Amino acid sequence: MGSIPKDLRYSKDHEWVRVVGDRVVVGITDYAQDSLGEIVYVELPTVGDTFQADEEIANVESVKAASAIFNPVSGTVSEVNEKLEGAPELINEDCYANHLYTLSDFDTQDLDGLLDADGYAEYLKTLA
Amino acid sequence: MIEPLVFELSRCARRGYDYPSCDVPQVDVPVALKRMKAAALPELSELDVVRHFSRLSNRTFGVDYGVYPLGSCTMKYNPKINEKTASLEAFTHIHPLQDSDTVQGALKLMYRLLEALSTVTGMSWGSLQPSAGAHGEYTGLKIIKAYHLANNQGHRNRVIVPVSAHGTNPASAALNGFEIVEVATDERGLIDLTSLDALLDDRIAAIMLTNPNTLGLFERDIVLIANKVHQAGGLLYYDGANLNAIMGMARPKDMGFDVVHLNLHKTFSTPHGGGGPGAGPVLVSKPLVPYLPKPDIVCVDGTYRFDWDSSLSIGKVAGFWGNFLVLVRAYTYIVRMGLHGLREASRHAVLNANYLLAKLEDLLDHPYGNFCMHEFVLSAQSLKDETGVSALDIAKGLLDCNYHPPTIYFPLIVHEAMMFEPTESESMENLDILADTLRMLIQTARTDVAVLKRAPEHTVIGRVDEVLAAKSPVLRYVRKETTEG
Repeated sequence: MGSIPKDLRYSKDHEWVRVVGDRVVVGITDYAQDSLGEIVYVELPTVGDTFQADEEIANVESVKAASAIFNPVSGTVSEVNEKLEGAPELINEDCYANHLYTLSDFDTQDLDGLLDADGYAEYLKTLA
Repeated sequence: MIEPLVFELSRCARRGYDYPSCDVPQVDVPVALKRMKAAALPELSELDVVRHFSRLSNRTFGVDYGVYPLGSCTMKYNPKINEKTASLEAFTHIHPLQDSDTVQGALKLMYRLLEALSTVTGMSWGSLQPSAGAHGEYTGLKIIKAYHLANNQGHRNRVIVPVSAHGTNPASAALNGFEIVEVATDERGLIDLTSLDALLDDRIAAIMLTNPNTLGLFERDIVLIANKVHQAGGLLYYDGANLNAIMGMARPKDMGFDVVHLNLHKTFSTPHGGGGPGAGPVLVSKPLVPYLPKPDIVCVDGTYRFDWDSSLSIGKVAGFWGNFLVLVRAYTYIVRMGLHGLREASRHAVLNANYLLAKLEDLLDHPYGNFCMHEFVLSAQSLKDETGVSALDIAKGLLDCNYHPPTIYFPLIVHEAMMFEPTESESMENLDILADTLRMLIQTARTDVAVLKRAPEHTVIGRVDEVLAAKSPVLRYVRKETTEG
């Protein structure tokens, strides 16, 4: 199943969300990185652009497949993890320490629609 | 040892050729067009060149060397008689611009091939121009687009593809300016009808399907699906990738399809390209015939000629008449097999796949279906959870046992997918040995993981660093600067 930190919220598309003050940080889960395999390229959004929930915001390409990342919480991109451009494999090494992007002005209602760690663990069981 | 590049073998002023004496008037090339620096061509003796390419040819792997169960690719044996007919001087020494009166045999062959392909698919007529499967898809969708435009349905801009579709399907649709919508697969591994119903409206131009589908399962609701799509005003596109399961037994036309492309390199035993010339003919039902590419080949009073006349045609989609010698190979195969032989080929392809499936079912997970058509998809997920050994590791282990591995990680809806298609070419003994080899590798996964993680060790190149290859590919040789300039 992979690790599922208790302090994060999760989408059914396998993104994790961490609330830090007035911003949210978004990354992909251990399940996602393990399913993708070795990641070779990450396409990140442009800082300043606004995205709705469930809108396609980024792309992650592995040796197996290219996969779209669906934005879990509507908001405006305030920062992207530029380290991933040169070293996308950081996501495989530690997917919770290496986020994709940060959103400001996010919608707290979208946050309520996400799963907690236990709920996500239950959801993963249904996929097995 | 890694074979050096031909450029690295080069030695200054070594020669391996003689020009014939000039038999045409010599012309001075204008200075402006002349090369100022010597071309960086490799310089080798004839023996150097022969040895270089002989060594390389020994290191390739094809169905002529061993079992090649690459799912979805139909790597059947290409009978050598195909090469014999394709090398007849009457075919190799003709020019595409010759007057049609002087190439009646070539035109007759193309005409008859179209007749045969129309018979196998149930379609009315087609075009041999497209140079490959994806080119066939592009052409077929262009025909669908032209048909909708001519019928005042130009607003139809959506193409439905299943989540398990070949990647070329959505790509071909996108290239034609369509929006792609995905239809889900249900627990049977077939098109989810509820999900399909929700997509059917007046925006739908077409649905693209393979049947049997990418999981190797026959879409048993196909007639119902065809009725629903037609009622919504859409057309059905048949990707011929999996035709090898049904030749002589079921026809795409009878299932309700309107446009078909065939991969001659899969079903009709022409060589798989490796980037080389291929052919992906397109065939259509009667209402779509006027939209086919031009020129068409027609037969009037026993004389064959090209027909350019059409106001509705999408135009020409290839240089000259397509890859003609590939067509000669496919026609040879069809004539040699006959309809009975084609049916037997499909029956044996399905039998072989089910035999191999039965031998492997207890080794790996089989998520969809009980029986299969010409191919099947297993999952190494349980094995990976238990041992850490993935589908990739098993595939690499097969390389060490002199097999080409099956397709892995496709279709994406099956985790740790391994997709096997043995084709009709393999004997029962060969399938037994392949199954024993897989059994041995999976035992190794439980006893010595490291061996599989290191594999392949007996190939010239070991485990390739795919991340580095994708991130920093070296795509061309850079010549070291020498004093010669």
